[in-house]
Amino acid sequence: MRILRERSPVVGDDPFQLLKGRVHEAQGRGRVAFALLQAARSTGPIFWIVRTHDRDRPMPCALPDGVVERLHFVEARNETDLLWTVEECLRAAPVALVIAAPEKTISLTAGRRLQLAAEAGGTTGLMLIQEGRGSNAAETRWSCNPLPGPQDSTRHRWCNNKNKKGTLGTHDVSWNGATAAVHLVTQAGERHQPEKPPG
Amino acid sequence: MPLADARAICPVLSTRPADPVGEGRALEALRRWASRYGPHAAKDGPDGLIVDVSGVAHLFGGETDLLEDISARLERAGLASNSAIAETRGAAWALARRGGGVIPEGGLLASLGPMPVNALRIGPEVAEGLTRLGLHRIVDLTSVPRAPLARRFGADILRRLDQALGAQAEPVAAEPDPPQFGVRMTLPEPIGLTADVMGILDRLLVRLCDKLASAQMGARAVRLELRRVDRSAAVVEVGLARAMRDPVRISALFRKGVDEVDAGFGIDGMRLGASVTEPLAPEQLKDVQIGNGKARQEDELADLISRIGNRLGFEAVQRFLPANSRIPERGFLTVPAAYAAPEPFPSRRRPRRPITIFPPEPLTGVSGNPPSRFSWRRMGFTTLCAHGPERITPEWWFDDPAWRSGVRDYWRVETGEGPRLWLFRTPQAASGFGDWYVQGVFL
Repeated sequence: MRILRERSPVVGDDPFQLLKGRVHEAQGRGRVAFALLQAARSTGPIFWIVRTHDRDRPMPCALPDGVVERLHFVEARNETDLLWTVEECLRAAPVALVIAAPEKTISLTAGRRLQLAAEAGGTTGLMLIQEGRGSNAAETRWSCNPLPGPQDSTRHRWCNNKNKKGTLGTHDVSWNGATAAVHLVTQAGERHQPEKPPG
Repeated sequence: MPLADARAICPVLSTRPADPVGEGRALEALRRWASRYGPHAAKDGPDGLIVDVSGVAHLFGGETDLLEDISARLERAGLASNSAIAETRGAAWALARRGGGVIPEGGLLASLGPMPVNALRIGPEVAEGLTRLGLHRIVDLTSVPRAPLARRFGADILRRLDQALGAQAEPVAAEPDPPQFGVRMTLPEPIGLTADVMGILDRLLVRLCDKLASAQMGARAVRLELRRVDRSAAVVEVGLARAMRDPVRISALFRKGVDEVDAGFGIDGMRLGASVTEPLAPEQLKDVQIGNGKARQEDELADLISRIGNRLGFEAVQRFLPANSRIPERGFLTVPAAYAAPEPFPSRRRPRRPITIFPPEPLTGVSGNPPSRFSWRRMGFTTLCAHGPERITPEWWFDDPAWRSGVRDYWRVETGEGPRLWLFRTPQAASGFGDWYVQGVFL
């Protein structure tokens, strides 16, 4: 068995690349957008698991290109079934990405089991958690919120709040929702030092 | 006689429409039953059965006793029947329709000779033509020259004559039984451990999958019946995400169900059957070393869907298919992933659609049109800019309760708080101005 440290960390300087074989978490009102970006970037079957009574559903005709064909949408009747399904999907090698929207707090035991399953299957998991209901076993935790932007833009602020093997950071992005590429937007801020004289 | 005349003569007449399909099915069931009298049993026209009983009659105590046995059993089942045994198929056909009985060996011409010519399985117009020539009985046909007869009435009449009199062979062409995908095993001693049951199940599965492979079929649902010593039975059923006949993969799905079965005083018989089957063409052999990556991936994915489907139900694992409708909720179909192949969605970026959709939720505290200030899900929002309206009219050919309020004007509203929402109002609704709903969230 490989130790996690030996596994190559994030390849390149792409800040939104999720580590394979681990379970990540996303919270905030823009978490579905973050999940869709990860879905657009993955290659292979995607499983999206929700509770049956959850009213928010993805709209197939607005998803990024090539995602709907790979998407399997699972409705779980209760939280146990949901976690079981997530674990089964993570353990299956051909699955590329597992997105799940649990309602309750993921306990440390459950979070750890999911990590082990993801490690066994080499799949990436992304839990769309409610604010503050994550587990300590998560590899990274993202806080995603939409931002008001200029006319007709789709700005998002994606904060990496927790990262077990990397740096934290806040990124403002503009994503058109169709392709796997995002535009990083420079954050507007106050300048604390005088501008250098030209030349 | 027309039905109206019959009713006029007898007002209490009870009538039922003919059901040829149902009758055919009943005759097929009788055919299966009739195979107890001989290895080859076939349907003979819409109202008859023919069984090859050569060398069988002594098992029933002789030919006469055999016929009695048949009529007694059918009578007990409520069926009136006539049966006959003869050396040839044609002779048996003729005699069964004229009283029945047995024609002893060598007595074909003696028994058939006095019968009218329409006992020969020929058309009524041919029989009428023969009668007009003065050939009333079968024995008359044997004495006239054959060539003119064939020229006048066709070769068919001579063929039927020869078949009835044994000059030409006519085998009983029994159609093959449809393959039955079931295997069973009876155990000398009762067993109760899960591992033992799984061991037997694996053996049964190998046999079942061999049967399926020889018929080029794949199982879609497999049913295992465990018979206990006290004659009660437990049933374990698994569904499969796609047709397959791989014993190892099916066996893995049974583990959970078999684990939950109560063995009682022990299990001494097992029956395994494929309850739903689909055609499945032979697969190309996969080289384990090189690895047929794509096919293996598909297998593993199907196994995963089977596992989830057997716990949550197969309708819980869904796939989205495109549908042709302007109504946002009906712009896609949700179907079980196990029963539908993926279809590409048409790539259409305009008009914009939200990434998340939910049943309409009313806004509160709305001011302005389109709203400049509102609250939704206990949060206040202010509008930065609004795009719209996009008017969507209900599809009058569907009666959708959610769309009874009439046309909707949809707006894409960018809020100062961040979320971009899909709002709509129904202009002609009775309450008028304040009727705003939110139905989706944009990217």
